[in-house]
Amino acid sequence: MTYFNEMYDSDGKSVREPYAMLREWVETMPSDLRQMKQAEAEDLFRRIGITFAVYGEGGDPDRLIPFDMMPRVFEQNEWRRLERGIKQRARALNAFLRDVYGRAEILRAGRIPSRLVYQNEAYEKAVVGVVPPRGVYSHIIGTDLVRTGKNEFFVLEDNCRTPSGVSYMLENREIMMRMFPDLFRTNRIEPVDQYPNLLRRTLESVAPSKCKDRPTCVILTPGHFNSAYYEHSFLANLMGVELVEGQDLFVDGEFVYMRTTQGPKRVDVIYRRLDDPYIDPLCFRPDSMLGVPGLMDVYRSGGVSICSAPGAGVADDKAIYTFVPEMVRFYLGEEPILKNVDTWTLWKDDDYKYVMDNLPDLVVKEVHGSGGYGMLVGPKSTKDEIEIFRKKIEANPSNYIAQPTLSLSTAPTFVEEGVAPRHVDLRPFCLCGDRIELVPGGLTRVALREGSLVVNSSQGGGVKDTWVLSE
Amino acid sequence: MLSRTAANLFWMTRHLERAETSARLLDVGQRITLLPNTAEGYQNEWKSLLNASGNAALYAEKHGDVTEEGISEFLFFDRDNPSSVVSSFEKARESGRIVRTALTGQVWDALNTSYQGLRKVERTPRGQLDMAGLTDLVTRNASTVRGAINTTQLRNDGWHFMNLGYGIERADATARILDVKYFVLLPHVEFIGSELDTYQWQVILRSLSAHRAFHWAYGGDITATRVADFLILNGESPRSLITSLYETVWHLEGLGRRYGDGVPAHARDKARELLEKLQTTEIDQIFDDGLHEFLSGIISELAEVTNLIHADYLTGAV
Repeated sequence: MTYFNEMYDSDGKSVREPYAMLREWVETMPSDLRQMKQAEAEDLFRRIGITFAVYGEGGDPDRLIPFDMMPRVFEQNEWRRLERGIKQRARALNAFLRDVYGRAEILRAGRIPSRLVYQNEAYEKAVVGVVPPRGVYSHIIGTDLVRTGKNEFFVLEDNCRTPSGVSYMLENREIMMRMFPDLFRTNRIEPVDQYPNLLRRTLESVAPSKCKDRPTCVILTPGHFNSAYYEHSFLANLMGVELVEGQDLFVDGEFVYMRTTQGPKRVDVIYRRLDDPYIDPLCFRPDSMLGVPGLMDVYRSGGVSICSAPGAGVADDKAIYTFVPEMVRFYLGEEPILKNVDTWTLWKDDDYKYVMDNLPDLVVKEVHGSGGYGMLVGPKSTKDEIEIFRKKIEANPSNYIAQPTLSLSTAPTFVEEGVAPRHVDLRPFCLCGDRIELVPGGLTRVALREGSLVVNSSQGGGVKDTWVLSE
Repeated sequence: MLSRTAANLFWMTRHLERAETSARLLDVGQRITLLPNTAEGYQNEWKSLLNASGNAALYAEKHGDVTEEGISEFLFFDRDNPSSVVSSFEKARESGRIVRTALTGQVWDALNTSYQGLRKVERTPRGQLDMAGLTDLVTRNASTVRGAINTTQLRNDGWHFMNLGYGIERADATARILDVKYFVLLPHVEFIGSELDTYQWQVILRSLSAHRAFHWAYGGDITATRVADFLILNGESPRSLITSLYETVWHLEGLGRRYGDGVPAHARDKARELLEKLQTTEIDQIFDDGLHEFLSGIISELAEVTNLIHADYLTGAV
């Protein structure tokens, strides 16, 4: 299989424009300087406190995600096209959510099977008929993209609930600017540090109508044991809002309040980094200690906004994913700018047969899985691994989808011996409020192991700074 | 400010101060063992340290016999001992991590770097460690954090809560370290006024990094009365009870002004009362009534102030 190397033109020799200057930068960097800088970067990350704990993996809770100093670069026109595609998708996804919690026109029209929506675990009956401010359900969408050619981009996944990783986008940039100011002086790289302000504006723009003054926004975190806690506190800090836990909030009458040193203070917008089942024990899981009893009643009566809205998860389910291009056509009357990856759904007999016959060539994922767990990468697996997975599929076919193994693009990456191509993906963060905004950049994850296609940080993935060159 | 944030700021600095105290207690113990001693060896001195830190029972359960190595490990590294240096520092860092948004980058950096340094020491084989160096490491780290707080934090309510943590814990610690003397002397009342007695008082001053300051303030001989006066009633002494309480009252008054009459200030009233009591007491009176009794009383009244701080500010009630 051949892969698109983002550094080179299709002839594989001439360096593409956006990488020309980086090549010189790499070639003139003495190896001892490189090692020094790498150590400096790690030290900075550790001192800032960005660490990553993986559920169930044990080991050092203060583990760092490896940071690769070689940036990943997009040209302006490449980015503009991605941006249009991502924003288009974001509009369609929110239109879909508005629809399925209302009249469900798309289901009536037979474009999506009702079963997939109404029997979906992420579909919340509790919010049927509740229209959040501005009709926005998913306020922060993390779109996972991969590239397979110069102009070939595919969406792997839409994350409509609480996508994480944006703190890496911001910190990677901070650290690169601190360590290599010259790179930024000699190149015109679009900034990303307006993100926290845009996020705050977005949250304020969806305050409930009952809120008459400047809205009070908070970030709701599961707590400091959560693996993304650093990100929660980082965003709260940059936005200048309180970082609250469930125990800090309580419901009194028709509003939500936080406990402060000066008594209760009303909260208007909650950016929650907590999944639906945990936000209100009276409405969802009664055993959850993380949420706020009564929150959903206040939400339904328009006393508080919750971002993303409860129930938004139904739009990013892997089974619904296959219909996103359909949503774009149905709601927007446009052709999708970004492509979906072909997906076989194993609850269909034809698809099932095809997948089972071709397991060694396919990637099989759990419908509700995440983080690179519970998946089979056919071409990278042994016969035994494939047979074990086959048994799992046979036991519960509707739990799986399959996709062709994509020839993920590679980007130049620092490795032991110098610079070598490694596979990358991209997650930009799209904000939806009164406007739809996308900062020029995102989180590039890189599979540091040679040949590996799995970019998840829990499985040997690292991160890179992502540049968009301005005109 | 969120009540939980305020609580974490308050306990962050309390635990930092406590880590320093445990390190100082260890230092007191080591200096005391350098004295010529009775036939029983150093047993009493080490036990007195445990009594002062309030953890004698836990130690007995875990280690049994009192040995220098056992105590050093217990006071410095033992995570089962809630007041050990490592436990306290870990709790301080955890609180800091929880309220990262309320700390400046410099404060977090100082706290986190100190903690990472301590973890490195923890992994070093004990035989290679210089115990006196450990106390220095802890006091130096604690000073770095304190300095970062006082030079970079906004003078807002969070800053008051941090300084309250320091003030109350320092008062508590000074009372406890002074009390060590009581435990040391308890079985040997006949030593009072002897050369050994003087030397022990001097050790207490040193362990509070106060022996030079003492000479500047008083000159002349070290006597029990003067040392106690210096550590309890002298308003120039930075770690004295009266100074710690004065600062505590100052910060509680700051909160009272900031929050206005709508927020209860019982803690401020109680702390003022305690401060006034110290301001109107003479050192001779304290010795006549019994130093140990006096110190025990102070320790429980400080606990009461802490409870009131919780009730006033840290529960988020109306």
